[in-house]
Amino acid sequence: MKVQLINLAHGRSGDKGDTVNVGIIAYKPEYYPFLKRILTPARVKHHFRGICKGKVERFELPNLWALNFLLHKSLGGGGTQTLRHDAQGKTLSTAFLRMEVEIPDHLAVKWGLVDEKSKHRRKRK
Amino acid sequence: MKNFIRIAAGQGFWGDRFDAPIKQIHGGSIDYLVMDYLAEVTMSILQKQKMRDPQQGYARDIIPLMEEILPELVNKDIKVITNAGGVNPIACRQALFELALRMGFNNLKIGIVYGDDIMPDIDQLLSAGIELRHMDSNEPLEKVRSKLYSANVYFGAQPVVETLRQGAQIVITGRVTDTGLTLAPMIYEFNWSEHDYHKLASGIVAGHLIECGAQVSGGNFLADWQNIPDMAHIGFPIIEAYPSGEFTITKHEGTGGLIDLRTVKEQLVYELGNPREYITPEVIADFTSIQLEQEAKNRVRVTGVKGKKPTPYYKVSISYSDGWISVGKLTYAWPHALEKAKKADQIIRQRLKDLKLKFDEIHTEFIGINACHGPLSHPIPDPNEVVLHIGVRGSNLSQVEQFSREITSLVLCGPPTVTGFGSGRSRPKEVVAFWPALLPKKLVRPVVDVQ
Repeated sequence: MKVQLINLAHGRSGDKGDTVNVGIIAYKPEYYPFLKRILTPARVKHHFRGICKGKVERFELPNLWALNFLLHKSLGGGGTQTLRHDAQGKTLSTAFLRMEVEIPDHLAVKWGLVDEKSKHRRKRK
Repeated sequence: MKNFIRIAAGQGFWGDRFDAPIKQIHGGSIDYLVMDYLAEVTMSILQKQKMRDPQQGYARDIIPLMEEILPELVNKDIKVITNAGGVNPIACRQALFELALRMGFNNLKIGIVYGDDIMPDIDQLLSAGIELRHMDSNEPLEKVRSKLYSANVYFGAQPVVETLRQGAQIVITGRVTDTGLTLAPMIYEFNWSEHDYHKLASGIVAGHLIECGAQVSGGNFLADWQNIPDMAHIGFPIIEAYPSGEFTITKHEGTGGLIDLRTVKEQLVYELGNPREYITPEVIADFTSIQLEQEAKNRVRVTGVKGKKPTPYYKVSISYSDGWISVGKLTYAWPHALEKAKKADQIIRQRLKDLKLKFDEIHTEFIGINACHGPLSHPIPDPNEVVLHIGVRGSNLSQVEQFSREITSLVLCGPPTVTGFGSGRSRPKEVVAFWPALLPKKLVRPVVDVQ
């Protein structure tokens, strides 16, 4: 089944120069290995096409069930130079969590996601 | 030695809730109040203020705040550590002394930490072969030398510790790391050595957690913001630090907000780079070693933090002038709000072309449609209103000014049902850009003075 990441994780984003960091935190420890497997830098770079113009780096924090991503060249030059309304990329955490991911059926059942109709689970048109 | 100390955060940035430090002092027992006023951009603003008036250049809000809390600070023997000194800690202390005298406190000991301003030494450093290369692009500073505004070294906790040892009750610093402000009282109270890397790293984690104020105690909380209690009276965080390096993060009883594993994790990943190498002047902390445990309601215990030897460099934040930007906003109403805003965007771009104005960048967003998430945004059929947000950046001020005039003229020369221009023409803003670099520690020394 397809779900949006926002059902599996929360997070926060911040800036350093022209780089945005997005920390993605699994709601449950059992989600962490799954997220680690699917959220490759290449996939994240593809998700942020049009926003992230540099490379994507990924770091693991298994102690927090979290992954930290650095999206380079994503802020139009950085905090004070940028013409973006969201100059510091504060809202890119939920831009990340819009991602739709395919969960294998056996995991969806195990995690109790199958019957749950989450209000966030709206498909992007 | 004390069994534990309580360090309260009173300010996450200059402009944070004014009464937060007051609540921290009255809401329960604390030993230290730490306040962070300095963002990178703040340093260049303060530098400009100091150039206009040599008595300025610090976070002026500290004075009316102190007027409010000084009696209680003295009464309860609470120490204050803040980087409100900005680019002029000496003037900041002078203003505080005058206030204290007016209020009848003649014995107040105030320490200052400065020496972080290396602007006067830049040419000497460059000619000595210290190139101050940009940490990302690796270009030498020479490239922007003629346009520099400010250059400040990020000192760590050590000079603050020195002021505490000399008996300061209030410590006013220039550019000291946010984390160093929180770490300093731990080093001082628990006699940690500069080689106690795990303990130092733990103190850094504590500093990282509270440096953004309520952002760890329920503010800006993504996981469950709807259920955060009483955000109007959100409790700012408090660190209960122990000599072993372990600590608990909590807040005063009866305050709003929430501290749990999720709020703490969200703040831990905020502005994080490589989690194994969180570099500070005193230690490199490993965020993958942090262990969290909810020990009671609104109390999270932090243990297990590991650290290693720091680098031989200080980080330097250099600001320089890098042209001009102007951003204009116009609001278009239903029906066809987005189409109107898009049309207006086309008209402006055509005009800029006709006028032969050259910019480094022209950037358009539609607030309500795609300003936050860009191409990831989902479509909104027939929105009630859309704000056109269009900006330019360029090195020529008069061209940027002409852009501002073009925006305004759209009110009568463009699509209908347009509003939101009440605040007048968008004013060009000077771009103050940042140049992060490294400086060998041995080339600069913090200056400490307690009076």
